[in-house]
Amino acid sequence: MLYSIEFNEVSMPGLLEIQDLRVNIGEKPLLKGVSLTIRQGEVHALMGPNGTGKSTLAYALMGHPGYAITGGKILLDGMDILGLTTDERARLGLFLAFQYPVAIPGVSVANFLRTAINARRRALDPQDKGIPVPEFRKLLKSKLEMLKIPVEFAGRYLNEGFSGGEKKRIEVLQLAVLLPKFAVLDETDSGLDIDALRIVAGGVDAISGPDLGVLVITHYQRILNYIKPQFVHVMFDGRIVESGGADLAVRLEEQGYDWIREKYAGGEKA
Amino acid sequence: MPPNGKPQWEGPSEYPYGFRDPEEYLFRSQPGLHREVVEEISSQKSEPDWMRKLRLEAFDHFLARPMPAWGGNLADLNFNEITFYIRPSDRAQVSWDEVPETIKRTFDRLGIPEAERKLLAGVGAQYESEMVYHNIQQALEKKGVIFLSSDDGLKKHPDIYKEFFGTVVPHTDNKFAALNTAFWSGGSFVYVPPGVHVDLPLQAYFRLNAQGVGQFERTLIIVDEGASVHYVEGCTAPVYTRDSLHSGVIEIIVRRGARMRYTTIQNWSTNVYNLVTQRALVGEDAVMEWVDSNLGSRLTMKYPACILQGKGAHGEILSMAFAGRGQHQDAGGKMIHMAPGTSSKITSKSISKAGGRSSYRGLVRILPGAAGSKSKVVCDALLLDSDARTDTYPTIRTEEEKVDIGHEATVSRIGQEQLFYLRSRGLTEEEAVTMVVSGFIEPLVKELPMEYAIEMNRLIQMQMSGSVG
Repeated sequence: MLYSIEFNEVSMPGLLEIQDLRVNIGEKPLLKGVSLTIRQGEVHALMGPNGTGKSTLAYALMGHPGYAITGGKILLDGMDILGLTTDERARLGLFLAFQYPVAIPGVSVANFLRTAINARRRALDPQDKGIPVPEFRKLLKSKLEMLKIPVEFAGRYLNEGFSGGEKKRIEVLQLAVLLPKFAVLDETDSGLDIDALRIVAGGVDAISGPDLGVLVITHYQRILNYIKPQFVHVMFDGRIVESGGADLAVRLEEQGYDWIREKYAGGEKA
Repeated sequence: MPPNGKPQWEGPSEYPYGFRDPEEYLFRSQPGLHREVVEEISSQKSEPDWMRKLRLEAFDHFLARPMPAWGGNLADLNFNEITFYIRPSDRAQVSWDEVPETIKRTFDRLGIPEAERKLLAGVGAQYESEMVYHNIQQALEKKGVIFLSSDDGLKKHPDIYKEFFGTVVPHTDNKFAALNTAFWSGGSFVYVPPGVHVDLPLQAYFRLNAQGVGQFERTLIIVDEGASVHYVEGCTAPVYTRDSLHSGVIEIIVRRGARMRYTTIQNWSTNVYNLVTQRALVGEDAVMEWVDSNLGSRLTMKYPACILQGKGAHGEILSMAFAGRGQHQDAGGKMIHMAPGTSSKITSKSISKAGGRSSYRGLVRILPGAAGSKSKVVCDALLLDSDARTDTYPTIRTEEEKVDIGHEATVSRIGQEQLFYLRSRGLTEEEAVTMVVSGFIEPLVKELPMEYAIEMNRLIQMQMSGSVG
């Protein structure tokens, strides 16, 4: 086993629990105790002004080596994953759609996706020979069509020379192909025009279902017109300060974040 | 073996192709540098007198010439321990059935399926110091294409040999060209008549198979006016405890309007000194391309060259080097512009890890009269860890005003953000590093014939396994 189950940890399938998570970069605390529980099948939105810790939470969930966990737990299906590497977390079903996807020159989108699928298959069965090429082609073709991505993209080098919108579309393509249990979309709407947003968000909507839990990180309410959250959380100064239903997002859209600042900036310097 | 069960490549003892056949040789010379061995080679091959004299002259020149003081470390290269000539059978084989079983087994272990071997166009397989198997596709013969071992080339076409042998790389060029001229054995002779296009690559496999055996292949290729051909040479070698030496000379003449590509996949075991001189004379509006991949050997010193003699001639070098523990790849290229409107491009990609060292050493020279010439050099080095080393030694000399010369060099390490991105999709650290490295050399690999591209990717995976964590 990759991890051990402690006495008080009980396997709870379909659950991602963040408990009092505290994260530093160097000496600077960025998350000051974040708690959030997401079930498979649920869509949560995490909103808030820029620089309040939303992306930090995304990176910490995925195990970025630059972020030091100073307290708290992340439980996936009841098991603490903080001791696991990024790729181990990914193979257990966590996915992060990056705000700034990284270019890998010389590696085609198709080659990358096939390697990622095979890495997951091998983790389950070391004897696995990998996904057969015809099966992979069929899978890729259907997902490309769903996201209205021209088929030539499969042969292009991953994120190299892609526009902002193209990169985001390829992130959602990866989500559609890899089918994780939990997906964090980090500002997937930023840099998209309205048509691109409709396609990308429509793609996420088409993928979501009872087997996928989604955390949509966004500054604006607009993506939530396409991906309907059941739960909306507001992050401020490294903490989740408000949680509610879809109506909370509407209020933020109408009133902005000033009331959040006024209500929560008092105790500490923002 | 590492815990993950994959073959690991650390040093000679773990070389993945480290098997060896029992040695069965009919003639084996005494080790060391002896004038009698030169005489013996020439007489065994029943060579014309001019070749015997040339060998002896080259032998004297070799002895008189000092070791190169630049490039890699040659201090441990001991000529007294090297056997300079071995002949495994009396004559070159003409059909697959006649190839000895031990040799077929060696090919099996290299993973070349028999059916594929037979289909390969004009396979010439060099085993030991001799061509033992040389299959000329009938279609080639009908087109008038000559593809022989060098020994047969000299026997059957002595006039061509007398006219061209040593004209591109004379024995006085460098110490190892002199050594090769004295002891040469094996290699290929290719002639493509005017206007003939050879569609499938001509291929030769090279192997060393005896402790301390030097292999001095000598290849002469003439591509006549308006013709085109692609020659591919790939090497793998078994492990030896003593140092081995491979010192080839490749001479190529590309005539007016002709096109030649010479591809090498060099994967000698990590105790081999690989000191090779490759040069092409390129005529008017002709194109010469060297695709040079150096993965193996202890030390490689190899700088394929194009002498752009004719107006509008174009030369290109794609150089790829991989240096692991204990390896030094000193590779690059030379472009000599002698005529107006000539153009050249050198692209060098090197990867170093675990204390390995890659050097790019290049020369671009533009002579008076080569007005309007263009040259571009791009060197990219990738370092996989802090022990690895890379250097560039570019020389540009121009004696002409109206020229366009560019040089770009980058050194990079694998980015933590790249690794995090790939690992967030489930790739292990090793898989992620391998993917970045494969992408780095992709511009070169895509130029290789399909089966070599697959082999290259497999070799990179082997090189990377066990390299992290």
